[in-house]
Amino acid sequence: MTVKVKLVNRRRSTFLDRLYFPAIFKGLGITFRRMFKKKVTMQFPEERWSVREQYRGMPVLVSDDEGRPKCVACSLCEYVCPPKAIYIVPQELEEGNKVERGPAVFDLNMLRCIYCGLCEEACPEEAIFMSQNYMVWGADRGDMIFHKEKLYELGGVRTEGVKKWKDK
Amino acid sequence: MIPLVDLAVIAAPVLGLLADVWEFFSRGPDGAVTFGWVLGRIIVVLIIVHVLLILSALMVWAERRVSAWMQDRLGPNRVGPEGLLQPLADLGKFMFKEDVIPGHTNKLMYTIAPLITVVPAMITFAVIPFTGTFEMNTAGEEAAVSWQAADLNIGVLYILAITGLGVYGITLGGWAGNSKYSLLGGVRASAQMISYELSLGLAVVPVVLICGSLNLGEIVAHQADSTWLVFSQPLAAFIFLVAIYAETNRLPFDMPEAETELVAGYHTEYSSMKFALFFMGEYVAMVTGSALLVTLFLGGWTFFGLEQLGWWMGLLIFSAKVLFFLFAFIWVRWTIPRFRYDQLMKLGWVVFLPLTLVNVVLTAGAIALDANWIYWVLPLLVIGSALGAAYIGWKQDEHKIKPLPDAPGVAGGGEEA
Repeated sequence: MTVKVKLVNRRRSTFLDRLYFPAIFKGLGITFRRMFKKKVTMQFPEERWSVREQYRGMPVLVSDDEGRPKCVACSLCEYVCPPKAIYIVPQELEEGNKVERGPAVFDLNMLRCIYCGLCEEACPEEAIFMSQNYMVWGADRGDMIFHKEKLYELGGVRTEGVKKWKDK
Repeated sequence: MIPLVDLAVIAAPVLGLLADVWEFFSRGPDGAVTFGWVLGRIIVVLIIVHVLLILSALMVWAERRVSAWMQDRLGPNRVGPEGLLQPLADLGKFMFKEDVIPGHTNKLMYTIAPLITVVPAMITFAVIPFTGTFEMNTAGEEAAVSWQAADLNIGVLYILAITGLGVYGITLGGWAGNSKYSLLGGVRASAQMISYELSLGLAVVPVVLICGSLNLGEIVAHQADSTWLVFSQPLAAFIFLVAIYAETNRLPFDMPEAETELVAGYHTEYSSMKFALFFMGEYVAMVTGSALLVTLFLGGWTFFGLEQLGWWMGLLIFSAKVLFFLFAFIWVRWTIPRFRYDQLMKLGWVVFLPLTLVNVVLTAGAIALDANWIYWVLPLLVIGSALGAAYIGWKQDEHKIKPLPDAPGVAGGGEEA
């Protein structure tokens, strides 16, 4: 077995190379020109990343185009959620309302959420969606549990999709 | 917005008042030391110290911003306009950090080492003339008053004596830290100082020879009369520049604190304001070094007659030159990588020391000839001899370094080869 040796032909350093000055001034020129190039830093709170349509951010609850909350508190998302981040207490809605059920409590613990999107897939009412919100923060652990009102506020209105309870 | 005319109307009496105040705070026409003169000197010293401190703080900001720009980043731009108050925030952080004195250190040395670093860097500035003399008419007699804190007639000697002290702080800090990294940093600093201080001193000798004075004010005056010494002594100016970089422990010669090798070098064991003092010492030394270079080789506060507009113009010119070299400190830092330790030693002892010696001899010979044309030939002669020496060195090395033989035994090298 023979070992193949690749010979690298090194260029002999010339007199100018050994003086180092040309290289130093070339380098100084490069760094100086770099100073005026476009910067890559993004000024975060003012400038933000725009995410793709399919981005899975924080799950939120949505209302339909009549402003009615879509969630009927079936608890399927609570059941399917792998890290058990969702906690739902259902309640009966008052008479005259087309929808009979809704959540009394809908807590989403964002310290637990793993952004898997299973809640969105399981929801028969298309009431919970993975939003494009990637800025989830809180000053303490309590802040990181998002309640129903906040989730509806973040979700806003969705016009497309199932409209099971639409007024005929 | 105040209109410019109004500004002038306000400024004129204020400036007049300031001139009166200055007259009180200045040397009497007979050169006597009066109470006002002493007070005036104290005020000048206070101003210099504060300007140095603020400038070094701004240098920290500039260093971070410029290095960021050179790396396509933005750098700190949040605290205050363009991040200018960042040093203030950093200072607050340093103030409130725990001032740890490790148990395994020598307390006395550990405490005074940062002071020994900062103080020499600051007091060197005392003899630097940052603007021209002030023509003053007191009691009918003209008197020239210097703006320097101390108009020493042995200014150059003073500088060489004091700048050398700075390294004691670093060595002591490294020693007192009593850990391997800081000791290595301190030892490196002292070894580096010895190999550079010689070239630094010898690079200043031709300046003194040509100007015939050790007084920095007279050196500047001489340069204003003839030409900047950087033109007649380019080699000395360059070696002085490089030696200043080594003196202030800046890249490419930041061996004592080489982050990638020695954690933080001589200040590894330091925290809080003691570390901040080391940090400050480095930046103040940069300001002082730039000011020295400008004074000795680049005509100080003069700029081909422009300085005759007034003392403020001299101050502006001096500041502009110093700021350029401060920028160059940062610029070089982010361009040239750190030297290896043996390379640095070799550069100091084998390259710079002989070159400065030759330069001194040639300059002394030229002055002995005492001809006008000699100042035009001298730089060519010096640079020519330096290039010649470099060429000889390259030729000798060329014999040593043979290109790899392309014998088949090596090329196809296997078990039988």
